[in-house]
Amino acid sequence: MRILAIDFPPISHAVEWKTLFGGDTFGVNKVVLLMWLSVIAVLAFYLVASRKQQLVPVGIQNVAESAIDFIRNGIILQTIGEDGMNYIPFLLTVFSFVFVCNIWEIIPGAQMPVNARIALPFFLTMIVYFQYHIVGFRKQGFFAYWKGILFPPGVPKALYLLVSPIELVTDIFSRPLSLAVRLFANMLAGHLLLITFAVISATLFAIQWQIVILPFSVFLLIALTGFEVLVAFLQAFIFTILTAVYIGGAMHPEH
Amino acid sequence: MLHVLAQAATNPDITPGLTAIGRGIVYGGAAIGPGIGIGLVVGNAISAMSRQPESAGMVRTTMFLGIAFTEALALFGFVLAFIISG
Repeated sequence: MRILAIDFPPISHAVEWKTLFGGDTFGVNKVVLLMWLSVIAVLAFYLVASRKQQLVPVGIQNVAESAIDFIRNGIILQTIGEDGMNYIPFLLTVFSFVFVCNIWEIIPGAQMPVNARIALPFFLTMIVYFQYHIVGFRKQGFFAYWKGILFPPGVPKALYLLVSPIELVTDIFSRPLSLAVRLFANMLAGHLLLITFAVISATLFAIQWQIVILPFSVFLLIALTGFEVLVAFLQAFIFTILTAVYIGGAMHPEH
Repeated sequence: MLHVLAQAATNPDITPGLTAIGRGIVYGGAAIGPGIGIGLVVGNAISAMSRQPESAGMVRTTMFLGIAFTEALALFGFVLAFIISG
């Protein structure tokens, strides 16, 4: 695309990477490698943090404990309640993994958020989806759970004609779709934003290096990089808190 | 003007242009409602926090939830704009 004499790459160049090895079916490209690195990073972080446990935490154990504290006080107690403490490991894993996958967006050399491809957000969403439905089946029983979803109490009888189809579509289709698309679209938008301003800065630099200080070029690029750190954290937080809200809703039916 | 019209008449392939216009309309239209909605959510959360600073933590969590639900509509439009192809 050519806008105002600046050549922007088409979107396929921004998110598609060539297969490094593995053939057509199980081809491994940069995104998959970054995903594997994220798994290793999260695993290594919590293994190292729990290796020498001390009563007064220092260093890396301190960071890990504040992450657990954040999940406990900031997410579980606010949404599920006291009886949701069993979900600390699950929610901590989801939060750490999504955050590390997002933060590749601003790390030099990688600069590709893994969640900017729909595959990983969709897969994570499927895990969350089966998780909270199975929790609902276990806590309330299969038919009572679906009755609670389709016929929420406190609604006039005639309105069930309107409410039940909406609730059915919400629960089966729209919740998982919005959970996956929210994470995916936010990371893709951030990635494209950074690419846009990087291309503008590079073009201006190539024309004449002094004019790179013009507004909407290099300073905005630096500021947006900082903003994307915030977005990466916020999207991991929102994904985790929505998971907790869905689990909490399956555990505690409305009365 | 006449020159442009004559060129348009002799060159009937207007699909890329229409695609671009469609993408702009889809994303622009999808962003109106969530823009107003997020403004309402955050504005009311700020006034709640300034009235009762001790409940700021709870309000903040609920505010992020509200933003997330509202923002989803704009993001559907964002994705749909890329899906549209000529």
